[in-house]
Amino acid sequence: MRQDLLEQLEKVRSLVRTHGNPLREVYLDLENSGLVFEEALAALHEAYRIHGNPSITHRPGWRALEVMLEAELGLMDLIGAGGGEVVFTHSGTEANNLAIMGLAKASRGRRKIIVSQIEHLSVKFPAERLQEHGFKLVEIPVDEEGFIDLDHLADQVDDNTLMVSIAAVNHEIGVVQDLRAIAEVVKDKSPEAIIHTDACDALGRIPLDLEHAGIDMASFSGHKIFAPKGVGALYVREDVKLEPILHGQLSSQRLWPGAENIPAIAGFTRALEIFGKNFDEYRSRMRRLRDMLIDGIFERVDDVVLNGPRGDRRAPDNVNMSFLYCEGEALTVELSLRGVYVSSGSACTSRTLEPSHVLLAIRRPYEVAHGSILMKVSPMHDEKDIEYVLEQMPEAVKRLRAISPKVVM
Amino acid sequence: MSSRIPLPYSPKVLELFRNPKNLGRMDDANAVATAGSLACGDMITIYLKIDDRAERIIDASFESYGCAANIATASLLTEIIKGKSLREAWNISWKQLSDELGGLPPIKYHCGVLAVGALRRAIRAYYRGRAKPDWLPDELTPDEKHALEEEELMKILAKRIGEDGRNSH
Repeated sequence: MRQDLLEQLEKVRSLVRTHGNPLREVYLDLENSGLVFEEALAALHEAYRIHGNPSITHRPGWRALEVMLEAELGLMDLIGAGGGEVVFTHSGTEANNLAIMGLAKASRGRRKIIVSQIEHLSVKFPAERLQEHGFKLVEIPVDEEGFIDLDHLADQVDDNTLMVSIAAVNHEIGVVQDLRAIAEVVKDKSPEAIIHTDACDALGRIPLDLEHAGIDMASFSGHKIFAPKGVGALYVREDVKLEPILHGQLSSQRLWPGAENIPAIAGFTRALEIFGKNFDEYRSRMRRLRDMLIDGIFERVDDVVLNGPRGDRRAPDNVNMSFLYCEGEALTVELSLRGVYVSSGSACTSRTLEPSHVLLAIRRPYEVAHGSILMKVSPMHDEKDIEYVLEQMPEAVKRLRAISPKVVM
Repeated sequence: MSSRIPLPYSPKVLELFRNPKNLGRMDDANAVATAGSLACGDMITIYLKIDDRAERIIDASFESYGCAANIATASLLTEIIKGKSLREAWNISWKQLSDELGGLPPIKYHCGVLAVGALRRAIRAYYRGRAKPDWLPDELTPDEKHALEEEELMKILAKRIGEDGRNSH
């Protein structure tokens, strides 16, 4: 066992050496791991000196509790929350699992769970698992841009509906759903049904006014707003009953046991402040870089398809394009050798040999899904970064297309 | 067993992806075959130049649509078979390719299977219309069947997506 581990370690070290250090690097794989604001990192460092656990009755404990309450307040303000609480987890995945499994555990009667066909796997998988416990799962289809079918949703909501979970902004194709319209449809059919939204990709990208939109629960992820990694959050409106899904020593939170990541939570608060203060400027900056990237690729590369909508109906940071006759995973490696870091919805990257369920749901053929590349821009990128990507992308695509057998699709 | 998902690439795969050998179409090939499809996300075409008298491979090249492991596997295979008799080339297994690449993880086995599938298809193509040697089995080998199954499966799935699309309008 130890020998295997050592071999694996040597292999990955050698892989990094073989790859070498590109002279210039542009990191656009913000879907899988975010950048971090320097100020948020500084806040994390500072909070590491507090030491305390927020549930213990001494000064360091109260200082830690202060950090948590500041974060809760900061988040509630930025998302337009009404009455309720914020549960801090260690990732967006954990927040989504708590929302779905926790609500199901607390449910006395209602047995139907409704999600869209394009939800993040941390929503899709727990919802699927609940079928083994007597719950019925309904997946609402989307159109070719990714917008959910509201009529279909209205048909499905009934007095057996426990929850509806639809992401405000899709993580892969950036489609911005009309949360308010969704909530109206749901509450009109069944006022008791709980509405959850995975808002990990919405925070800082679109204005959120959850109370006004009629949302009961929302999940957030620290790294997606460039806070330190290791913090997620679930907003739970008052009167929504959840059961914990992990068990252990309760610290300051009834719904999530274990030691809270106080330093990362302090960094999260700082990142929230930065996004809050610069909201409009960041949005227009990201939108400018996004469109520069999309338009630039269309100008320089043939046989390319944009996945998801354009303009204001698309998240300001999201670029997802399919390069036909080019396999996505190979393209991520080719771009990596050129210092451009992106991810793909190709089957090869999925570990299951199935391409992205999101791209299949918007009815992209397999060969288009296999050639998809996901990139996200941030306020920390500039025009020069995008220019570099626009220099490298056509070369990378050209090389792979030259290798590919010549067939007409 | 560790629950960690194995690293999909070895340094050798990355090296061969960066500098593949025997890349490109061969105009004077006397046997050509493709396995996989764009829909599978993996496709390899193998070109062979064969000395008819000796039944020996003089030259081999490939084209590939697929991940870096796919490209590396095809590069390695074409390198190995050069100079080999068709019979020797027929007996190369995907496991052998995987071992030489530093051990492909299970998720990448099909890259080796596909490369071997394309090679065997090319060898069969060569003997079409010629006297079939004793060592060439009539029945498809498991690797050939596997490549075929992957192609068939994708045809069915791709058709289903098309139908879903039509239903929604």
